[in-house]
Amino acid sequence: MACSRPSTWTKTLTAALALTLAATACGTAEPAGVDTDTVTVGMLHSLSGTMAISEVTVRDAVQLAIDEINADGGVLGRQIEPVLEDGASDEATFAERAQKLLQSDNAVAVFGGWTSASRKAMLPVFERNNGLLFYPVQYEGLEASDNIVYTGATTNQQIIPALDYLREQGHTSLYLVGSDYVFPRTANQIITAYADHHDMEITAQEYTPLGHTEYSTITNDIARTEPDAVFNTLNGDSNVSFFQQLRSAGVEAQDVPVLSVSVAEEEVEGIGADNIAGHLTAWNYYQSVDNDANTGFVEAFTDTYGADRVTSDPMQSAYNGVYLWKAAVEAADSFEVEDVRAALDGIGIDAPEGPITVDGDTQHVAKTARIGQVNDEGLIDEIWTSPEPIVPDPYLQGYDWADNLTG
Amino acid sequence: MDAIISQLPTGLAIGAVLLLAALGLNFTFGQMGVINMAHGELIMTGAYTAYVLHAWIGLNPAYSLLIALPVAFTITGTLGWLLELSIIRHFYARPLDTLLLTFGIGMILQQAARDTFGAPNVDVPAPAWLTGGLTLTDGIRIHYSRLFILALTIACVIAIAHYLNRSRQGRQMRAVIHNRDLAAITGINTRKVDATTFFIGSGLAGIAGVALTLIGPTGPTLGTNYIVDAFLVVVVGGLGQLRGTVLAAFTLGILNATVEAWADASLAKLIVFATIVAFLQARPQGLFTVKTRALT
Repeated sequence: MACSRPSTWTKTLTAALALTLAATACGTAEPAGVDTDTVTVGMLHSLSGTMAISEVTVRDAVQLAIDEINADGGVLGRQIEPVLEDGASDEATFAERAQKLLQSDNAVAVFGGWTSASRKAMLPVFERNNGLLFYPVQYEGLEASDNIVYTGATTNQQIIPALDYLREQGHTSLYLVGSDYVFPRTANQIITAYADHHDMEITAQEYTPLGHTEYSTITNDIARTEPDAVFNTLNGDSNVSFFQQLRSAGVEAQDVPVLSVSVAEEEVEGIGADNIAGHLTAWNYYQSVDNDANTGFVEAFTDTYGADRVTSDPMQSAYNGVYLWKAAVEAADSFEVEDVRAALDGIGIDAPEGPITVDGDTQHVAKTARIGQVNDEGLIDEIWTSPEPIVPDPYLQGYDWADNLTG
Repeated sequence: MDAIISQLPTGLAIGAVLLLAALGLNFTFGQMGVINMAHGELIMTGAYTAYVLHAWIGLNPAYSLLIALPVAFTITGTLGWLLELSIIRHFYARPLDTLLLTFGIGMILQQAARDTFGAPNVDVPAPAWLTGGLTLTDGIRIHYSRLFILALTIACVIAIAHYLNRSRQGRQMRAVIHNRDLAAITGINTRKVDATTFFIGSGLAGIAGVALTLIGPTGPTLGTNYIVDAFLVVVVGGLGQLRGTVLAAFTLGILNATVEAWADASLAKLIVFATIVAFLQARPQGLFTVKTRALT
């Protein structure tokens, strides 16, 4: 009896091994999240907490792209089945939900994230599980993970063109105001290095905590020192207080324009068009961009979500992410992350913002930079556009003056 | 010294905002000991009342703000009164449970606002007569909206002081705080007094909400911007002490403005917090305390 036990064990083990092998063999044909007629992707945004205000709009845009693709026959003949998760404005939750999407839902791609903190938290999860994240928001650069596709702008596609524009307009003294976290601090490092190199003056550099609402001191200071322009990297609700109080302080857009990099159509509504009209923004997309792809996008979006809704840059970048993924999957003829990634290099689509192309080395997207001016209706008019899409350079290797920047 | 003088108007303006946000809490937390984490959401309800009057009912922005003040007082007051009546009163003996309970109520109210009005901030236009400001001297400018808040705050404080010291109900409220059992024995209906206190405290949060639309964002998370500061003011002032709350709010406002004149806002906040911690170490009961003969 005693000696028969090992042989039973061996049998069981062999059977188990055979099963595992069979399962793996199936897996090489298609990843686990792919069925004969469906494919699972993840959507991971903050639907609650302080970031919900912005991220819910991005979720809507991703959902729209998925619905459109499904109505059009899906990807490689399969309907996209999104699994929706809530990052709850908390980095740890983002990492945990990402893990769940990759391991138990077997999502072949995930569309999600907004804050840099959430991206940094998800990055190791995607690298460990070899997942693929499409991240839709402009950010501070100095990053390029194989497992992330950055469909928003990096610094040389937003901040540097904005500085070029201000310099062209003859603005040589800048007042910097930003929220106190990684994006504004890194952005201001870049701005300071740029200013040093181009003989511009930085008159002040002010940081306020996220969610800060007291801007009397700063707005009075701006009114008193009258810089040529203000470079604003405030994020979220603070912008409302800042612009309301700046107006009360008697600062007019034609005297001291404020150039914002985190204020899009969506935020203008909350700030109130009266308070921000005439001020400048730097993005890669505005609702008012004039081309067929954008007309279709805006129409589809307002048809689905209501005529009072606006489309913004991060929403558009998120929408593009789904289509870029689809194009890469079709080019690779596979849902496997390795294949999709290999196929991403050079993949281009005609996006609402104009033609965009993925740069395979950095997995960032070449895109057009645009300076806009807020009009009285709360929409943003394009007043300057880069002559062609700008190739992404997340580490600013093409700029001598940026040698000493740290991440 | 120069910095203090030049920042004095700004400090007073900040202090007025703090005080307005804290006045209602002075009732619910200070007088009744309910750690009311939903106070911020009551402020938010007041702010949305101003929005609804303007955007849904279509009142002219020139006067909708003035109408919003009493309307918001009534609506948030009633909301607070209902909460007290239905839920909070069952938890009076358990202060830590009320903390969790009101925190939960706050989250429910936030989500309700998000579902009703959408996640993005909404725009509540300020009346034209409140835009712009008054230049005192070079570089010192006080905004009309700030002056309005300052005036509104002073009016609220006077009204509250009058109510507490002169009216029968106000005196009953004070009696209940000093010694609940003795007050009950003398024939005061303490249940009714509790409900009234909650109504007034919540109503004041509504007034604060309307005023705060002038200087800040109006969104579902508006309350979270002010709740910590409001608690600080009430704690520093001493629980249930109107004069303490007033003094604490203006001291913190001026301190904040002065520090911010030479450090940035993040550092100013840190220094103010550190000062408060040091102060509460030395004087845990706050600036003023209720002198009571109760044995508890």
